[in-house]
Amino acid sequence: MWTFVHKLGSPKWSYAICGRLQPFFWVAALILLPIGTVWSLAISPPDYQMGDSYRIIYVHVPSAILAQSVFVAMALASAVFLIWKIKVADMAASVMAPFGAAMTALGLFSGSLWGVPTWGTWWTWDARLTSMLIQLFLYIGVIALRGAFGRGDQGAKAVAVLTLVGVVNIPIIKYSVVWWNTLHQPATFSLTERPAMPASMWMPLLVMVLGFYALFIALTLYRLRNELIRRESRARWVQALAD
Amino acid sequence: MAFDSFAAFLTMGGYAKYVWPAWGLAALIVVGFILWARLERRQLMQTLKRRQRREARPS
Amino acid sequence: MSANSGGSTTGRGEEIGLWAGCVAQVRRELKIARRRGGDLVNPLMFLALVVVLFPLGISPEPDLLASVAPGLLWVAALLAMLLSLDGLFRGDHEDGSLEQMLLSPLPLPVLCLAKVVVHWLLTGLPLALCAPLLGVLLALPGAGYLALMLSLALGTATLSLIGAIGAALTVGLPRGGVLLSLLVLPLYIPVLIFGAGAVKAAIEGGMAGPALALLGALLALALAAAPFAIAGGLRISVNG
Repeated sequence: MWTFVHKLGSPKWSYAICGRLQPFFWVAALILLPIGTVWSLAISPPDYQMGDSYRIIYVHVPSAILAQSVFVAMALASAVFLIWKIKVADMAASVMAPFGAAMTALGLFSGSLWGVPTWGTWWTWDARLTSMLIQLFLYIGVIALRGAFGRGDQGAKAVAVLTLVGVVNIPIIKYSVVWWNTLHQPATFSLTERPAMPASMWMPLLVMVLGFYALFIALTLYRLRNELIRRESRARWVQALAD
Repeated sequence: MAFDSFAAFLTMGGYAKYVWPAWGLAALIVVGFILWARLERRQLMQTLKRRQRREARPS
Repeated sequence: MSANSGGSTTGRGEEIGLWAGCVAQVRRELKIARRRGGDLVNPLMFLALVVVLFPLGISPEPDLLASVAPGLLWVAALLAMLLSLDGLFRGDHEDGSLEQMLLSPLPLPVLCLAKVVVHWLLTGLPLALCAPLLGVLLALPGAGYLALMLSLALGTATLSLIGAIGAALTVGLPRGGVLLSLLVLPLYIPVLIFGAGAVKAAIEGGMAGPALALLGALLALALAAAPFAIAGGLRISVNG
């Protein structure tokens, strides 16, 4: 176990491991995402209440799930970085942040588009959309703090502390927003809390969610390798890559 | 199949205005991130090679 | 460090207990604040001015003002707290006393907590005490005043603790002010929701108790966790 952790800390070894794992996730993403797209857009039946507008949930739900998972993954990486001082963990957290922010933005955009035919407005202060908006600000804060410090150990530690503080707060924020929402408006028809979906509807959703996860892991591994090259550009093994 | 024709598929039962932009942004993000990562890799490799050439040259 | 005796020795060999150290820190902060003077008045002036802006910007209609008063007072108080954060560690960072704090044999989280307590005494508590006066300007219904003071007193303490984490992380940055607001505001949202919720509940004849209890729970959580995050942030900002 300990030798494994220490090996993982070595940039050269991490680079090799990322390279070996990468193909599986790329293949999974490239199989799952097209299948899920065709299935959810063309094959699954229209909803009896919402018609074809419900097909937005096939991007809304995966992006909403990813938006939260990416933040948790960043927090785990930050904890590993702070506890064991493994720099690779910080690099992983840094390459995950933009994708997480993009997923949050996609969740907001698709949720607000879905709101037009359903609620008749572009934006309602629904608990899910509101907490997602706050989550977007958390992502932007993490990215902005890293930008303000620039590359370096000090910035990496500061960002790790902020990410951990953020991840502790996410459930509190979610709970408080739900509390506030029930106080101000009666429970509205929500995009996901509905009577059980038939299998013909949730199977493509599952495929899309898995596809997005695979894509996230593949992209993270790929960009982690980029980051390793950038930070270790003076090391001999990186020099050898360029030949 | 949920749609009778390709034209019906494009109109999305009257919800084309909402369904396609949502999927469009998703596609843009997926493709954009892949291209960005590849571009980043190519630029890194180019700077590496350039530096190697510069340092190999006897001054 | 002799942990079991509850104290530690300084270079000159005198024992400084944990409690004595805290008291010394609090007295030092209070002395600095007294000499500077403005710190106590500025957040209050800010709160008063913001509250005056709203009737001018929206409408002087008492019914309308009364319905938005709890939220307005809470948002204005929250922004006043936010503005006071930037100076929380900056002065100490510039004159080097932050390094002294880090080198002190006393545990850093406790010293940080002492600093935050003073910050709350000088900003949060005055805001809570003066907010009813401004509530009169906004035609706040009579049932809301007690809940307003209690919720502000509890909530601003949490705001001080959370805000100090952001202030500690950004103290080393040349222009941390705007970034600090970006980092801290999302974390302030639960306090705002429960704080304004308590006042609203009291006005509408309901119980302010549940919301106040939730505010207390947030404060307990922040008291337990935030000092360590503040201490970690300060170590990072000063030592790299």
